[in-house]
Amino acid sequence: MGIRTLAAVAVGVALSLAVNGDAAAAKLVKYKIVDETSIPKSLTGKPGDAKKGRALAINRKKGNCLACHAMPIPEQPFHGNIGTDLSGAGGRYSEGELRLRLVDSKVVNPDTIMPAFYKNTGFHRVLKKFKGKTILSAQEVEDIIAYVKTLK
Amino acid sequence: MGKFHLGSLLAAGAILAVGFSTQANAEGKHGMYANGEIRSGYTYLTPQSKAIQNDDFQNPGMIWVDDGATLYEAVDGKAGKSCKACHGKAEVAMKGVATTYPKYDEDTKKIKNIEAQVNRCRTKHMQAKPWKYESGQLLAMTVFIRHQSRGMPMNVSVDGPAVPFFQKGEKFYKQRRGALDMACSNCHIDNAGKNARANLLSQGQTNGFPTYRLKWQKVGSTHRRFRGCNKQVRATPYKYASDEYMNLELYVAWRGRGLPVETPAVRN
Repeated sequence: MGIRTLAAVAVGVALSLAVNGDAAAAKLVKYKIVDETSIPKSLTGKPGDAKKGRALAINRKKGNCLACHAMPIPEQPFHGNIGTDLSGAGGRYSEGELRLRLVDSKVVNPDTIMPAFYKNTGFHRVLKKFKGKTILSAQEVEDIIAYVKTLK
Repeated sequence: MGKFHLGSLLAAGAILAVGFSTQANAEGKHGMYANGEIRSGYTYLTPQSKAIQNDDFQNPGMIWVDDGATLYEAVDGKAGKSCKACHGKAEVAMKGVATTYPKYDEDTKKIKNIEAQVNRCRTKHMQAKPWKYESGQLLAMTVFIRHQSRGMPMNVSVDGPAVPFFQKGEKFYKQRRGALDMACSNCHIDNAGKNARANLLSQGQTNGFPTYRLKWQKVGSTHRRFRGCNKQVRATPYKYASDEYMNLELYVAWRGRGLPVETPAVRN
């Protein structure tokens, strides 16, 4: 029974690692910031899914973009007004500029309230359950960019 | 008008009071609930929530006032004393006390809040057990004591020996923390008055604490609120009554200088 329990624990650990994917991993996908204004290349090398990105923008535990930004998502009440209105953001910013703003907005504006959605170090007193994790996975970042690009 | 409104609340009745506050709000004036640009959380409330605070018969926080009044007169501890045995009538002895807390404490060379002073009295003078932080008794006593200053302007001392503690509190307030990497000031200075979804960000003032929070369905302390805010930005909170939160409580009380004590306020 001891061995069985151990095996179950091992499977559980493996499963949780698999489920959390790269959001839980300590190592992040490497990316290159160009001119301190953009990350031109996709983090995953794969195109994002705009439909998934839209859902992530609404999801309070994921992008939660609506907390601060108004967006053309009429079925959701109460859009925030802390950040800029993202209607038309796909026309105002290049894909690379959007990616840097989502990955680590403070590179562009050190005083911004906007969290870094793809960063897992350099923070003060992070709650244990969020330690070493990014808010979004690399693919989720790409999904949201794909969605915001459609806002023209 | 503002002072008249609060002071005569019981006598004039709730309907009249609600009428006044709605009118004041419609005119864009906050009356006694603001000191220049400094605004009480009251001014960010919906008319419905204001109405609950305005009416002592509706305000659920008044239950803690009543409990505190009972505890104030209750004999406890080996010395066989009540609060009243030493202090006399709370209406006299405790009037104005809340406006000066938290304050520097000569004994510990640290900042103490009212909760800490209550427990000091209990252990030292009453020889009673200290009340647990955030317990019903400590909340009730704190609410009751602060209630004796209702309507009086907050006026904590941040000079002399309090200076280094005040500076630590300010540093805490402006330090980014947690996985969301946000400081208190990012919301409550930079973005007060704006909406995070349905949540209207206030200046984060503490003049109404311990406050009856509709979300909590009970009264809670400033330290409980600090812990909640810290966890919301995915940061590890400090303990109740920690030095960090005492210093922060002093800084935040100073931010609200001139605002009236509203305990027990009603907040969302």
